[in-house]
Amino acid sequence: MNPIAKNSPDELLIRVPEFGRAPLGSEAEKRLASLWETLPGWRGWLATVDHKEIGLRYLVTAFIFLLMGGVEALIMRVQLARPDQALLTPEQYNQLFTMHGVTMIFLYSLPILSGFSNYLWPLLLGSRDMAFPRLNALSYWLFLFAGIFLYVSFPLGQAPNAGWFNYVPFSSLEFNTGPNIDVYALGMVLLGISTTVGAINFVVTLFRMRAPGMSINRVPILVWGTLTASVGNLLAVPSVSLAFFLLWLDRQIGTHFFDAANGGKPLLWQHLFWMFGHPWVYAIVLPAMGIVSDALPTFCRRPLVGYAAVALSTMATMLLGFEVWIHHMFATGLPTLALSFFGAASMVISIPSAVAVFAWVATIWLGRPVFNTPFLFFAGFVMLFVMGGVSGVMTAAVPLDFQLNDTYFIVAHLHYVLLGINVFPVVGGIYYWFPKFFGRMMNETLGKWSFWVMFIGFNIGFFPMHIAGLMGMPRRIYTYSGNMGWNTINMVTSVGAFLFAAGILIFMVNVLISLKRGELAGDNPWDAATLEWSAPSPPKAYNFAVIPLIASRHPLWEDRLNEGEARSSLDEGYLLMQGRETLATTPLDAKPDLILKMPEDSYAPFYLGLFSALIFAGLLLHWWDFAGLMAIAAGIALTAWMWPGRKLEQSVPAMQPAKESEHG
Amino acid sequence: MAKLMPLLEPLPVGSYGKRSSGWWGLLALIVTEGSLFGYLLFSYFYLASQALEHWPPDGLPKLAIPGINTIILLASSGFIWASERCLKNKKMRSSITLMAVAIILGTCFVMIQLREWSNKSYNMATNLYGSLYFTITGFHMAHVVVGVIILSLLLLWMILGYFDDKRYLPVTIGGFYWHFVDGVWLFVFTALYLTPYL
Amino acid sequence: MKCGTDFCIGLLAALANWPASALAANDDAPLNYFLHSYGPSSGPAMILGWVMATVCVAVCIIIGVLLVAAMARKRQPADFRDIGHEEEGLAWVYIGTGLSTCVLFALAIYAMITLNAMAKPATAPGLTLAVTGYDWWWKVVYEDEDPDRRFVTANEIHIPVGVPVLIKLDSADVIHAFWVPLLAGKTQMIPGLVNRQWLQADVAGVYRGQCTQYCGVQHAHMALEVIAQESADFKNWQEAQRQKAILPSAAPAADGLKEFMEHCSGCHAIQGTEATGDHGPDLTHLNSRRLLAAGLLTNNPRQVIEWITHAQDIKPGSRMPSIALSSSERADLSAFLATLN
Ligand code: HEA
Ligand code: HEA
Ligand code: HEC
Ligand code: CUA
Ligand SMILES: [Cu+2]
Repeated sequence: MNPIAKNSPDELLIRVPEFGRAPLGSEAEKRLASLWETLPGWRGWLATVDHKEIGLRYLVTAFIFLLMGGVEALIMRVQLARPDQALLTPEQYNQLFTMHGVTMIFLYSLPILSGFSNYLWPLLLGSRDMAFPRLNALSYWLFLFAGIFLYVSFPLGQAPNAGWFNYVPFSSLEFNTGPNIDVYALGMVLLGISTTVGAINFVVTLFRMRAPGMSINRVPILVWGTLTASVGNLLAVPSVSLAFFLLWLDRQIGTHFFDAANGGKPLLWQHLFWMFGHPWVYAIVLPAMGIVSDALPTFCRRPLVGYAAVALSTMATMLLGFEVWIHHMFATGLPTLALSFFGAASMVISIPSAVAVFAWVATIWLGRPVFNTPFLFFAGFVMLFVMGGVSGVMTAAVPLDFQLNDTYFIVAHLHYVLLGINVFPVVGGIYYWFPKFFGRMMNETLGKWSFWVMFIGFNIGFFPMHIAGLMGMPRRIYTYSGNMGWNTINMVTSVGAFLFAAGILIFMVNVLISLKRGELAGDNPWDAATLEWSAPSPPKAYNFAVIPLIASRHPLWEDRLNEGEARSSLDEGYLLMQGRETLATTPLDAKPDLILKMPEDSYAPFYLGLFSALIFAGLLLHWWDFAGLMAIAAGIALTAWMWPGRKLEQSVPAMQPAKESEHG
Repeated sequence: MAKLMPLLEPLPVGSYGKRSSGWWGLLALIVTEGSLFGYLLFSYFYLASQALEHWPPDGLPKLAIPGINTIILLASSGFIWASERCLKNKKMRSSITLMAVAIILGTCFVMIQLREWSNKSYNMATNLYGSLYFTITGFHMAHVVVGVIILSLLLLWMILGYFDDKRYLPVTIGGFYWHFVDGVWLFVFTALYLTPYL
Repeated sequence: MKCGTDFCIGLLAALANWPASALAANDDAPLNYFLHSYGPSSGPAMILGWVMATVCVAVCIIIGVLLVAAMARKRQPADFRDIGHEEEGLAWVYIGTGLSTCVLFALAIYAMITLNAMAKPATAPGLTLAVTGYDWWWKVVYEDEDPDRRFVTANEIHIPVGVPVLIKLDSADVIHAFWVPLLAGKTQMIPGLVNRQWLQADVAGVYRGQCTQYCGVQHAHMALEVIAQESADFKNWQEAQRQKAILPSAAPAADGLKEFMEHCSGCHAIQGTEATGDHGPDLTHLNSRRLLAAGLLTNNPRQVIEWITHAQDIKPGSRMPSIALSSSERADLSAFLATLN
């Protein structure tokens, strides 16, 4: 075994993990609960590091941002419903569509998926928490503060107004003198930190925190999706953070990165932005596709077709995703050869998507579908994904994109993929996991209504945008004249948008009603296969009373599937209850490796997040001293966080000599 | 039905050696920081390759002092490595001394680099090259400063007796970060000081 | 499935827009590049568009049908708790992906061929223009070796029919994009970089263009027109544009000229006068243009004076201020502007 352990005379440092049972209500279970539960009241609220709590906060916050972005969009749709309307001034419209894009892309799409992953990962993987619970809390606080930061200037009429991709020189000081772009730039750097620490957490969690036996080829596809997205984020986010930071320097310090008059290049911005931007659009769909890959089989009463192929295609998509950023820049006058290459690469990227699509269709075909609400959302998603995907293929044809670029065709494409591959699986995912989150089922009748209203509204709202685009309607125009031939189409679009919003409203009503009066769910209402359904609904603070042993990809279906010889052991497992503990396993085949001491609740993440946000506020307001002061405060918070404990097990006091509990 | 058998061998408890989560976390951090520098250097070469005037505008960079500084930085990495080894071999005293030397070397690097900066005839806002030069070296400098602070904390904790031959994980991790900062400097140095000679 | 039918309805709606005549002036949808193309720099892309749209609609329909069939297909009754086998079904993935790959490669190659075919005109360009994007209008320079024959206009480009025209694109401020969809695709106009594109009109007519790269408050109202003329008409037009303005000597136009020099010459140029401002369009031949303010208004004396006095109401945020004029000043200025033919 490991040399340290052998040489070590210190009993506290090495022990045989206790093995046994801890049924609900037993001594052991009570002890676990007392160890893992957070303090009641606001203290616990600020200090909690429970991934379930953080996950729910992510979900709720991101959903609120969806509503805010949605209301912005609806106002835009009123303005665009008829030609030559003057409901909004051009400047208001510009701030609206920018904030709409920024909100949806950065404050809704990824955070909502982080919410799912945060809540579900440890439950899917058979662990008691994420690898870095405090980092998890930090990531949430930073996200919240960055969101507030991006929105504070909105009521003052000083919101970002240069579109979500914020091209220079329009966003440079010369043409945009207000604080709006600085808000965007600094907010994005702050949000980038949140995304990065979140991504680090996911990556390490995957490699370290799986239950024994959950080898890499047994993890659910959602985990593959989030893992791939997180690795993608680690590689891509620095690009956009850097771009925004350089822009901020250009604006505030007078550097010349993007300043054509002094040798800078506006195109550098486009490269840095899209080198991030394209991988990012996959980062905000791969986990959502994972939701479908995991949940759809439940309703088809059979495992996913082609697990390995889908997992590989997830990674292939991300890999190729780093090769196609130029397809957002076809019209910038690059050499034909480069355009050909990146156009072809953009088409090749559809191949892994085809793998997934055919796997889903085959799963439905070969299964026995049960038409519950989540199923409808997932099946609808497949259709919308294909429609959004093929319009992407059309734009990938370079000469065609010379026409399509910057028209409503692109707006149609991006909504089909973003809503089709993100919003639909997310809403479906909430229907699916709601019983796990809250212990109650959501209402089926309202559920079906919400699906059909959303689905029909969506297609009425966004399909005509393709045609508007083909008829030459440019995007980002605050109004248009009546003789361009776009009148009917825009009216239809606006009506559809409101219908879609009504669907969302029904969904929200359903959530509120079901929270109070939903049918009680039980542990596994859908008879699903994955590990989270073996925990009570809602799960206890410690997730699993015993860390289970996993023998297959479908622990709850094993008996009926006849997968292999061995059977997972869910009721009997590692107890690990000398303080907050969980098991670390080896990265690939998930053999027990280490008993991890998990941190207690802590205020440090909240303070670190707060001070970091205040640094950025100081920078925005040019209160340099204040920013410096806050940086020192953040440094102190970080030092306090990192302060080592006297004991090797760090902050947790040793409960009892290890020997006594070696019974297993 | 075959039942899965639990592994009933003793396992290490707590954060232990390279297998700790912290070490993995740092690895991930390095991936993302590494790509940050990658994008910085991409920006540098992208802009440099399209520059119309001379590049760099005031002639080829002088190599002597930056070269020495590079050696100082690399040497500090060596001391960190030695310090960690001593710690593992229960040589507390030498470990502390070596760590202190590494910190002094790191500080020297910062001082020399600051002098380099003040000797430049341009600043961030003067011209494009100045913007690039100061931003890239500035980013690196920020990492060195953070590194020196981390090393100082480690030194403090060593003196306070938090670490010994079994509890050295933070030193491993902090040291790893420092090696990364040094490694990145080689890329920065090559890009800013050596490639203009090509 | 619902969206399949949606697609068909949408397509029908688009087809209904097909105009009866092939005349270049398509008033119903002046930017509809999917149904109209009048030159070799847009035609192949339109056909590519049709092919791709057909393939893509077909893919949607196939998947839609498969999905519906997969759901509706008859199955033997079985217990809810029965679970299907994991291994089945890979053939779906192999066949589906294999076919998709072939189609995608074919499309990629077709797109590449089209791109190469469209990259350069078949014959050398017969005319070179420099178009510069400004917030929110277009400056057009007809270059010539002889500086006297060079001339400048704005927002309206005349070209001869059947001749490839090379256009050099630049920007004076932020990024704009030059797009005359019925003649060619778009190209960004990026400060510090001169991009080139070419276009050619095979049919005489008026082709609308539009800035497509978001460039600020009046991005929506940054349009232009390309007027393709038979070569003789084009020559006449060119000659007329080269003339300097004939200065009025009698009141009220002469007073109007003074007004102009006082209020406007800082921004506008009129060849043959001391007005050489270059923040706004060259007004030497103002009355020769069909539209005003980058496609926003039709050009007639009433609209001109309306524009001058209320520019900020008509095009809020425009770089042209609303200019307060007394009614006599207004009349004088009007009279003067009416001489700019
Ligand atoms: C959710 C995120 C998401 C996803 C998944 C995609 C997926 C794809 N996108 Fe999209 N894209 C965006 C989000 C996304 N996009 C956004 C937000 C923009 C606009 C940014 C802005 O300007 O604001 C954009 C813009 C955009 C452009 C730039 C257009 C322009 O501005 O001019 C291009 C060009 O190539 C493109 C291509 C593609 C392609 C080829 C895919 C492929 O991955 C699609 C692959 C999937 C399929 C093809 C369907 C399934 C496959 C089959 C069923 C097989 C059979 C199919 C065939 C044989 C065709 N996208
Ligand atoms: C996930 C991403 C996402 C989502 C969900 C949406 C959702 C919608 N989008 Fe958006 N959109 C983008 C991402 C997204 N969009 C991006 C990236 C751009 C490009 C921006 C740019 O160019 O910079 C864009 C641009 C864009 C434009 C083009 C603007 C322009 O170019 O001028 C339009 C125009 O119609 C539009 C419309 C809509 C509509 C009608 C919805 C609807 O789906 C919204 C539906 C409504 C809701 C979801 C809210 C429901 C509200 C209620 C039920 C009321 C209850 C309220 C309270 C309780 C407070 N969007
Ligand atoms: C501060 C600069 C400025 C001043 C002063 C100014 N203009 Fe303008 N003018 C512009 C700009 C810029 C435009 C283009 C506006 C647009 O289309 O957005 C313009 C457009 C016009 C147009 C429309 C031209 C076309 O072909 O579309 C006319 C006519 C015009 N100005 C006349 C005048 C007159 C007459 C005066 C003086 C009484 C005047 N301008 C003063 C800047 C100015
Ligand atoms: Cu110019 Cu948009
Ligand atoms: Cu893309």
